[in-house]
Amino acid sequence: MKDVQFQKRLFFYNSLIPFLMLIWDWSQNRLGVNPVEAVLRTTGVLTLLFLVFTLLVTPLAKNFGWVWIIKQRRLLGLYSFFYGCTHLIVYLFLDRGGDFSSVSEDISKRPFIAIGMLSFFLMIPLAVTSTNEMIRRLGGKRWKRLHQLTYIVSIGGVVHFWMIVKSDITYPLSFALVIAALLLYRLKTKMSGM
Amino acid sequence: MSPNNKHSKDEITPESHYFNRRNFLKTSIFAGTALATGLTYRHFSYKPSHDVNKSEFDFPRRNLDGDSSTSYYDITHYNNFYEFSTDKDRVADYAKDWNLPPWSLEVSGLVKNPLKLSLDELNQFSQEERVYRFRCVEGWSMVIPWMGFAMSELLQKAEPLAEARYVAFTSYFDPNEMPNASRAGLPFPYVEGLRLDEAQHPLTILATGLYGKPMPNQNGAPIRLVVPWKYGFKSIKSVAKIVVTDREPPTTWNQAAPHEYGFYSNVNPNVAHPRWSQAQERRIGENELRPTLLFNGYADQVAHLYNGMDLRKYF
Repeated sequence: MKDVQFQKRLFFYNSLIPFLMLIWDWSQNRLGVNPVEAVLRTTGVLTLLFLVFTLLVTPLAKNFGWVWIIKQRRLLGLYSFFYGCTHLIVYLFLDRGGDFSSVSEDISKRPFIAIGMLSFFLMIPLAVTSTNEMIRRLGGKRWKRLHQLTYIVSIGGVVHFWMIVKSDITYPLSFALVIAALLLYRLKTKMSGM
Repeated sequence: MSPNNKHSKDEITPESHYFNRRNFLKTSIFAGTALATGLTYRHFSYKPSHDVNKSEFDFPRRNLDGDSSTSYYDITHYNNFYEFSTDKDRVADYAKDWNLPPWSLEVSGLVKNPLKLSLDELNQFSQEERVYRFRCVEGWSMVIPWMGFAMSELLQKAEPLAEARYVAFTSYFDPNEMPNASRAGLPFPYVEGLRLDEAQHPLTILATGLYGKPMPNQNGAPIRLVVPWKYGFKSIKSVAKIVVTDREPPTTWNQAAPHEYGFYSNVNPNVAHPRWSQAQERRIGENELRPTLLFNGYADQVAHLYNGMDLRKYF
């Protein structure tokens, strides 16, 4: 199905499904005993997951010949930003209840919050420069360098996740391994290209 | 048209068929991927449904401060019992089929009368209901109507010797019945400890039930410690062994992360956990955050135990 429009729709709606199901579960009171914690965790994991999807595009295109998927990378990256936004909004207004003094205390005293915030803010320039117009204006080379910030964001995201877990590291460890593999892949490509 | 291209009209797939097939394929791919995405999401986000017999035991109790008790459903479906699962919403499910052995609680160490008590014998201590606030170190809280008896009664029966200073507790552990234990990232059996005077304090109880019912598996059946002015992890579940000693006993969370979980772990809004604030808490069932109270609101009864101690050092 080499129909870009169709692929786009396919990716768009599939990526939206978790969000719709989360809202549905919430409205049906099916998020367990502590819904705020459930929403916070789910949106956080989805942010990381879509970062992983974004980073997967290059190896899939180069090593598996899925060249068509490159056209969907922007959408995946924007979804990561979208879930990151919902994560932040839920943290600010539900977890902290809109109490911004406790937010600033959190940021200054809780390294995992600071790392999460920083990673989120690093995503903003990426989202802003995601349009064709911005790529043209920045020039391919500069745009590409800017978007390598994704690597830092993904590391920050995993560290942020790892630091909130008390002792069962199964999930953060899985993300860490996958992201490490994806970053090593790039390091290797770069080395062999030199 | 070149002569090679002479096909009869019938041989060419009609345009409408061609598009129908294409549309059918697209719709199938769309539906198939959507279903796969939905099922994958459901697999990882699964939470037990919230409405089963929700109000069966829901007769809210109040404590002396006017706190209304958390619902039976919430108390029994949001548990930290890492031997069964690290997902608080799923512990009830995993602990449902736990085959408890015939219980015996051992009290030994620096005591005049070592004891070994069956559940029947434990139930002979004068049981009463205590509606206590329960504050988890993670930042959430509940109000729980425990059934139980004062720990001091048990200690009185065992008669600690003069050199006794501390009480060490050990949870029951059976790796065959508790399959998640190997993934929890903690060594088991779970161990906890109190200073002797903390253990003898009238607020400290051994609880055998809640809402007037026997203790549910996921809440630490059949008998657990409850120390309401300390973070929840101090209130060790499914107690199998109690040893009275003269030195501070090792405790599970303290050994796992010494700079995060102290031996005392008294609820204290002024001493933050290194990774999060303890100034506020989310009471389960409420939307607004509440301020956390020093010693979980029991300061007038327990603060004297820590006179002259730097609570930042002995956190």
